[in-house]
Amino acid sequence: MNWVNAILQGVMLGGIFAIAASGLSLVYGVMRIANLAHGDLMVLGGYVAAMSAISYGVPVVITIPVSMVVLGVVGWLVQRMVLDRALRLEEMTPILVTFGLSVIIPNVLVELFTNNSKPLSIGSLGTASLDLGGGLTVGWFPLITFVLAVVVLSALHVFLRRTQSGRILRATSDDPSTVRLMGVDSRRVYATATVIAFATVALAGTLYTMKQGGITPFEGRLTVLFAFEAVIIGGLGSVWGTLIGGITLGVAQAVGAEISPDLPLLVGHLVFLTVLAVRPQGILGRSSLA
Amino acid sequence: MSALLEVRSVTAGYGDFQALFDVSLEVEEGELLALVGANGAGKSTILRTMTGTLSPMTGSVWFDGEDVTSLGDDARARRGISLVPEGRRMFPSLTIEENLRVGAATRRTGPWDLDAVFDMIPLLRDRRRRPAATLSGGEQQAVAIGRALMGNPRVLLMDEVSLGLAPVVVEQIYESLPSIRAGGITVVLVEQDLSRSFAVADEMACILEGRVALRGPVKSLTRDEVTAAYFGTSTEGAS
Repeated sequence: MNWVNAILQGVMLGGIFAIAASGLSLVYGVMRIANLAHGDLMVLGGYVAAMSAISYGVPVVITIPVSMVVLGVVGWLVQRMVLDRALRLEEMTPILVTFGLSVIIPNVLVELFTNNSKPLSIGSLGTASLDLGGGLTVGWFPLITFVLAVVVLSALHVFLRRTQSGRILRATSDDPSTVRLMGVDSRRVYATATVIAFATVALAGTLYTMKQGGITPFEGRLTVLFAFEAVIIGGLGSVWGTLIGGITLGVAQAVGAEISPDLPLLVGHLVFLTVLAVRPQGILGRSSLA
Repeated sequence: MSALLEVRSVTAGYGDFQALFDVSLEVEEGELLALVGANGAGKSTILRTMTGTLSPMTGSVWFDGEDVTSLGDDARARRGISLVPEGRRMFPSLTIEENLRVGAATRRTGPWDLDAVFDMIPLLRDRRRRPAATLSGGEQQAVAIGRALMGNPRVLLMDEVSLGLAPVVVEQIYESLPSIRAGGITVVLVEQDLSRSFAVADEMACILEGRVALRGPVKSLTRDEVTAAYFGTSTEGAS
């Protein structure tokens, strides 16, 4: 039963990876920017949540929307003030800018809040679990995060499929210069993509912080890797691909942990490399945004 | 009468290559202007300066009595300049219907909506849920025209709409022109086929090596005149 349990925990863990990965995939799909700062933004989202609870007494549940709104605004500013300009320069400029952000964010966090973990406790919810019978248990919090992941990705899917803004995002992913001929200001499309990406990564970061019980400045180095792996495993640009990628990575890590506590990251990376070698387009293998 | 769309003394090019030399053209409202000329004469470049995709080095572009030279292509599209681009430029991952709906992003109101486009091109109605990437060239061209119309433009620029298509398909596309023009839309058509241009145009301009070699109402032009201008009667070099 341990193995089935491990797989189940992995699936639940995959939810957080999937939320984090969806924004990475969206920004890449629309602007062709590989956002190297995505993991650090996730950490920043966690800090906003933790500090709003610590300094302003915001209830823990409310830290989620607070963090999403704050990061959404930050995303809009970053897009308008930095990335729009970078996109007009050379091809490599935007990725270098995101690399710069990934250096700046954790170092500013250390200056402001030291290297010590900033707690964000969800109390007894952190240990409460649901007995599924037959020796299978699943924690309430992992279950909630997984359900949230499905809800967020479904909402993103409906947005991309059913709304005019979503269609324009997908059309921009196909051919940005032709979309401009339909009267669409590219900057507005890019800002929409970035705001969604920042808000979703804030959600991932807050859930991650709750799961860990706290957050430290440099954890983004590892989480950005998970997000990239989830995107590549699932198939770049595909909303459901990120969920499948996240789950695959989560299961790989959980199974690895079941074998030995040293192994989760290694097994995760090995699964990633195997997918890259055997099916480089990813499991769903879509290169267009949908 | 004042021109709806006008390029004034435009020189334009790409990098060191100059494609247009002091080109002046205007289209009256409701008129159909055909730009004819050989490959590489600069017809598409003229359309690009009209849409704003390409900024002229000197000269200006006027639309509805206003200088729009500094406006980007998205702003001009919102004012009512639509292009049916060369090569059709579908959004391949979107369905036909979605391609058409993106065309409405100009947020202009007018006679053209999804139903109007489907009424004009009925075959698209049955295939509306199909991805644009799976369509034949002719179907894609029909979608590209429908998509431009969805923006309810005042001027429709059509770049080589018959290129690479079977004659029977080209025939169908040209048959849709009268119903497009019935709504009062001004059309600028780039076409290599002289007889087609003669058949549909009010005005014709022949472009040769980046200059307007001949320009006038179709009625007053003879085929021989246009043919001579098409191929160039003098040996002056470009640049």
